[in-house]
Amino acid sequence: MTTGNDPVLQVKHIRKSFGNLEVLKGISLEAHEGDVVSILGASGSGKSTFLRCINLLEVPDAGEIRVAGEQVAFKRGRHHLQVPADRRQVDRMRPELGMVFQSFGLWSHMTVLQNVIEGPLHVQKRPRAECIDEAEALLEKVGMADKRNHYPAFLSGGQQQRVAIARTLAMRPRVILFDEPTSALDPELVGEVLKVMRSLAEEGRTMLVVTHEMGFARNVSNRVVFMHQGVIEAQGTPQEMFNEQHSERFSRFILSHA
Amino acid sequence: MSVDIAFIGDTLVQLLHALPITLLLFAASVAVGTLLALLVVWLRVCDVAALRHLARGYIFLFRGSPLLIQMFLLYYGLSQFPEVRQSPFWPVLREPLSCAVIALALCTAGYMAEIFRGGLLAVPPQQIEAGRAAGMSGWLLARRIIIPIALRSCLPAYSTEIILMMKATSLASLVTVYEVSGVAQRIIAETYRTLEVFLCAALIYLVLNFLIVRALAWLERRLSPRHPVLACPTTKKYALSVPRG
Repeated sequence: MTTGNDPVLQVKHIRKSFGNLEVLKGISLEAHEGDVVSILGASGSGKSTFLRCINLLEVPDAGEIRVAGEQVAFKRGRHHLQVPADRRQVDRMRPELGMVFQSFGLWSHMTVLQNVIEGPLHVQKRPRAECIDEAEALLEKVGMADKRNHYPAFLSGGQQQRVAIARTLAMRPRVILFDEPTSALDPELVGEVLKVMRSLAEEGRTMLVVTHEMGFARNVSNRVVFMHQGVIEAQGTPQEMFNEQHSERFSRFILSHA
Repeated sequence: MSVDIAFIGDTLVQLLHALPITLLLFAASVAVGTLLALLVVWLRVCDVAALRHLARGYIFLFRGSPLLIQMFLLYYGLSQFPEVRQSPFWPVLREPLSCAVIALALCTAGYMAEIFRGGLLAVPPQQIEAGRAAGMSGWLLARRIIIPIALRSCLPAYSTEIILMMKATSLASLVTVYEVSGVAQRIIAETYRTLEVFLCAALIYLVLNFLIVRALAWLERRLSPRHPVLACPTTKKYALSVPRG
């Protein structure tokens, strides 16, 4: 259980290899209530894999994950690979770590509203009327209330991503993981999604954001983490990171993304 | 040659008397075959390698050999073993009708299992991951996300398969089941009027398949996402057509 200053998310020494390629070489990160952490890095630096390891869409080879004080239990599986010890624990903890994907992943056979109430209704087994009320309020918040009966195929990328954010919020997550939420969008649609994310940050939501949006990292987040080849190369507040030339590599990275 | 309306009418009436048997063959073999196919595809994609190979072997066997030979082996072949004749299954295996249903179902299950597997492979992995991220797994994930999406994408291939099944019921006449084709052959043996009788039989199959096609097209439309305002999306509907001129 959390007391005042315990981190809501605590990740220690995460390692992950795909075959012979070591993608994550021992990454540790903490997030307290209300933190907005931007994770930057070049393609292939392991930032998406790191995010996916946190909610076990990829199972890390080693390391600890603790959400609101509860530690994910692992055991040794086949070929001595680490696997989660208890599937039910994983199913229970995943919604606490809401995930927003680069490619949205809205369920194509459900309308916008059905997408948003699906998790609360069928996973968390909350009453239908309550789920619908909350879903409508969330859709209002992301500006998608008028499209509640549309199927995802009839929405633009920006609209789909805003629905996906509402779907994640409907599970009442303690931390929201954003995996390059604007990378699949046309440039003119990026703004509407960033605006929603900024409003979530202002509400005091705890967020981990893998992104290429330097403006968001600089202006919205309160911590910036720079990953390079599977390790955290530099981290600090946006002021420290962007103004004080923290690391040579990071400076070059910023220049190439300016 | 003049058209003998009276004879054609009489033939149609006789053939229609055999229609319930054709429909029974069709409905029973599609129902049993579909259930069996679900089992086979479940084994085909499960985690245990031995079961996967078993399912693969099943599909190879029943897709790779002629349905007619499978039916002959089941009806004429099995009865040569005294063990089979003394087994509790004998009352079922003795009857030509139940043998035909079993043979049709076993065969179509091989094809349907592959159709269902294609449907499963067509489910976008992002949508499955989104389900996992929302805390779904196992049967809940399958029931709410994977199966509905897979079902939709395998429906066109599935409807082709059940149309083939409707026509394959005619093979049952060769193990002495008097369904529409069997009766047609009996009438021909009595009258030597091949053309009219087979045309009448073909007409009945055409009408049956027309109804099946319409029913499945309706189902496909119902299961497809529609725009709530524009009832028919005009551009997407023709997205696959080849522009001419």
